[in-house]
Amino acid sequence: MKRTLWIVSLLLFLAACTPVDLNAPVPTFDIGVDPNAWVTIPSGSFFSGQEATPTMIDYDYQIMVTDVTVAQYVAFLNQALAAGKIKMAGDTVVGYYPGDVYHGVKHEVRIDPGDYILVPLSDPASPYTFDSTTFTARSGWENHPMANVSWFGAWTYCGYYGGRLPTELEWEKAARGSQDDRPFPWGNEIARNNANYYTSRDPFENMSSFGSRTTPVGFYNGKTYDGYATVSSASPYGLFDMAGNVWQWTGNVYPGQSDRILRGGSKDSYDMDLRVWVRNSAIPTYFSPDVGFRCVRNP
Amino acid sequence: MQFMIDRFNYLFKSTKGLILVAIAMIAIVTAVFGMLSGPMADFGVRDVVVRVLGMKLVESEREGRIIILYHAIAMAVIAIETYMITGLIKMKETLKTWINALITVGYLCVMIFGLTFAYWGHAWPFHGLFIFGLSLIFFAGCALVYGLWPWRKEYHIQDPEYSHTRGGIDMERMAFFAMAVTTLISSMFGAIPGSYYGNGFETFLAENIIRSPEKTTLQYSVIGHLHIMLALIAIAITLIIGRWLGFKGILHKIAMPLMILGTIVLNLGVWGVVTPLEPVAHMIIYVGATPSMLAALMLVIFGWDKLIREGIAGIKKPTFFQKIGALLHDPLRFGPLWQMVFMNFTVSGVGIFMAVRLDAVIRLWSARDERIELTGHWHALSAIIATIILLYYGDMTGLRGKVRNWFGWAIIILSDIALASVTIYELKRLGISEATQQPLVNTLMLLMDFGLAMLLVVLAMLMIWRLVDLFRKKGRWSEEISQDDLMAEVKK
Repeated sequence: MKRTLWIVSLLLFLAACTPVDLNAPVPTFDIGVDPNAWVTIPSGSFFSGQEATPTMIDYDYQIMVTDVTVAQYVAFLNQALAAGKIKMAGDTVVGYYPGDVYHGVKHEVRIDPGDYILVPLSDPASPYTFDSTTFTARSGWENHPMANVSWFGAWTYCGYYGGRLPTELEWEKAARGSQDDRPFPWGNEIARNNANYYTSRDPFENMSSFGSRTTPVGFYNGKTYDGYATVSSASPYGLFDMAGNVWQWTGNVYPGQSDRILRGGSKDSYDMDLRVWVRNSAIPTYFSPDVGFRCVRNP
Repeated sequence: MQFMIDRFNYLFKSTKGLILVAIAMIAIVTAVFGMLSGPMADFGVRDVVVRVLGMKLVESEREGRIIILYHAIAMAVIAIETYMITGLIKMKETLKTWINALITVGYLCVMIFGLTFAYWGHAWPFHGLFIFGLSLIFFAGCALVYGLWPWRKEYHIQDPEYSHTRGGIDMERMAFFAMAVTTLISSMFGAIPGSYYGNGFETFLAENIIRSPEKTTLQYSVIGHLHIMLALIAIAITLIIGRWLGFKGILHKIAMPLMILGTIVLNLGVWGVVTPLEPVAHMIIYVGATPSMLAALMLVIFGWDKLIREGIAGIKKPTFFQKIGALLHDPLRFGPLWQMVFMNFTVSGVGIFMAVRLDAVIRLWSARDERIELTGHWHALSAIIATIILLYYGDMTGLRGKVRNWFGWAIIILSDIALASVTIYELKRLGISEATQQPLVNTLMLLMDFGLAMLLVVLAMLMIWRLVDLFRKKGRWSEEISQDDLMAEVKK
């Protein structure tokens, strides 16, 4: 009995300490969704928040149909680096941010004008490599959402191309549409093949080793991939991945709060966090394999 | 017919029967509603349960459902503690009957109508009955306060072994009284915002607004309410276990004033969050928590010392291992005190770490990672309180011999495996990144699920035994029906 207990304990310990192969092969599929596409969200009211409060956005804006992909972000890094808009600082890529107004509120972090991390260089979870001159997307990850990017990294990318990060309300209207108070971009119920979330059993997930991984942008478009059938899960405005895959940075800077708001849930979230009104937050230097973004711009 | 009357009288009129019913109700609710989240949802069990039971779950109402579920379980726990208090503390029989009747009808209304309202569509009369149940529990609390009134001459004591004032006021009774009064006041910190938010306004879980820089007074009130109510449930069970184990002597004399002081200051701190004192409220809370925890420590020292002394009685020169053997001899009496110590690793220690390293560590994580820590932290405290209740109940229900040992150790070991895993899971971000966490998470989830599932199996076995016993003419129930005075079973 005692020996069995010891053996079980040892096995559990070994199982817990198993290293994760971050370079495990990733399936590649032709998704058929253009990550360069934008859609116009017309001015008008929609239902915001859990309580579905009628809310007006009185201007049109355009938003990306998908999250910014690894290929797009890598292209930006190479261009912006060559143009001197961003630079290396030790183990990170940094860019200039003009700072936040500091209100001295409890737990508020002072964010003065200066250079801040956009992306880390040596994090093994990053979906790109850097050979001291050029950034390259890791093979197979080109059409996945850019992750491991800080809020500054998202803010700089959108600004570089003449856009900006969506406000929370802009993001929510784009996710929910303006006709009803649906909890998910596609409707009222969630199934495993609607979105990439924790234990959603997509072809990119292996919970016994590396866990959940991102799916290519636009993956849940109704296509079947090697026998895995997805449900078309675009939002009413035709946006993909507005629930799950990666949390998305939004642009609001609230007085007294240094945290930035994340929306949409991720590959590592339970389904409850995929509801359109759910908020997450983190300091703007935070980066994680389940955090990405998309941009908006004026039409 | 007599068969039914006898069983009804046992289950709803005797102290031990009432405790059994409440434990059974919690066990059923935990088993059913525990299948709606976490790994059970991952495995697809939730979908089956929802379909089979015909639940109507609206996504936007999840937070409201959970609030009602928490209250349903918490009210039953409060009822159990109340039964124990009325069984252990001297008070008029008629008053005991009233208190037990009010709280029984109250928590059953809360549980049955509240959960039906929350999970099976919104029949508003049920919501009314849910509120009615909560109100009955409040009135039961008022009656308990009256019953515990420590200034009544008939309850004065002069026994030098127990903490009392020069005038004879029983300080232990005073500690129960302080706990009961502050519980009533603290309940209003939930009731007032509840009456606002419950009237069609927004619903929220405290852990989801923790990073909002500017919270409203009502939001602060809710956050304070849930913290203090759980703390008071913990204080109540500490006092109850102290009474059951015959806490007395010098440590009792020090502990009781500390517990009274701690209870009052802790409450003042929590109530302070809705006043201009908010910026210093946490400091007041720390000041209040310290004497309360010291009082609990004294109970642990007393209890373990007593167990060792009893165990080595008759041995001339006991060795260290004989003393350890004596300490561990009876898991039902060792367990509650051990769980109080273990709580410091899984709850208090984590809480202090969070408070001290909040800006330097925790706030560098995402809010969702902080939420995992917050919810794990108080789930662990709730689970520990539940195990302490079960250990006491195991003794109360007369488990003997090997069954007593197996039951006691199973609860201690299984819950500690689960809760230690929860604690590591909560704090995993200190040592492992999201990209590489899966093997560790898998192992921890396995341990958590194994510990909790087996704990529920042990509880189910106990409940099945008690159910079968009810069909026996001279079953255990027939003895327990007349054992309302729990003081008679206190270990001298």
